[in-house]
Amino acid sequence: MSVVPISYYLALSAILFGLGVVAFVFKRNIITIFMAIELMLNAVNLAFVAFARAWNQLDGLVFVFFVIVVAAAEAAVGLAIVITIYQNRRSLNIERVDLLKF
Amino acid sequence: MSLPFILFFVFALISVGGALLLILAREPIHSALALILVMMSLAVLYLMLGAEFIAAVQIIVYAGAIMVLFVFVIMLLNAGTEERTDFSKIAKYAGLPLGIFLLLELAHWMAHSLIGKTPANGAGSANVMVSTRDLSMQLFQKYLFPFEATSILILIAILGALVLAKRDE
Repeated sequence: MSVVPISYYLALSAILFGLGVVAFVFKRNIITIFMAIELMLNAVNLAFVAFARAWNQLDGLVFVFFVIVVAAAEAAVGLAIVITIYQNRRSLNIERVDLLKF
Repeated sequence: MSLPFILFFVFALISVGGALLLILAREPIHSALALILVMMSLAVLYLMLGAEFIAAVQIIVYAGAIMVLFVFVIMLLNAGTEERTDFSKIAKYAGLPLGIFLLLELAHWMAHSLIGKTPANGAGSANVMVSTRDLSMQLFQKYLFPFEATSILILIAILGALVLAKRDE
């Protein structure tokens, strides 16, 4: 099935990661910024699976499994933080959360 | 153009389009749906790479559980249209070109790297699906300790989320 060269998958992974960075920088909504992080994690997962395939090693797939688990934990804590920020600031705009801004 | 190539390009285009939609959408709920689109097409790509278990986990955990959590929070906080603030000049004139440059640079070098010459089915494994049995053997033998550690991590995450989201009396 997989006659597509591995480089295609890696290029797609790089493009998705770049788009995730762009979304992370340019979005103003805290929830959307979180989604940009998830997008970057997904792009990295694609690279992991592609490399695991290329070298015929299962370790890459196990790593993807762990990345997904950690992403789930991160999403739970992160969204709890988002809820707390919303309760304090009554806004989801990242510009309103600038207490640590120099 | 053989079938795998067509499938790859269709789902690569869908995922890149979904990522663009995530950036361009004004409503957070549209961004969330676009991200689900990206995850679904990535699951198909995992299937093409022979990782059927990872594809299933991608759909069940990522597109299922995590994104439901996101959509639920968006609904709970009643997140409406994103407020547009004017970007700083640095972000506009230096950040965007540099970001696009990074994107193209990464894609270029990934596509021309040494590993890029290897076909995706690896040495000696012609068109085999990775069996979930082998994967679980790895997971529960070689990676048993990290696996158990993640369960503690999730437990701590649950407690942290509860403590954070609890309303102060």
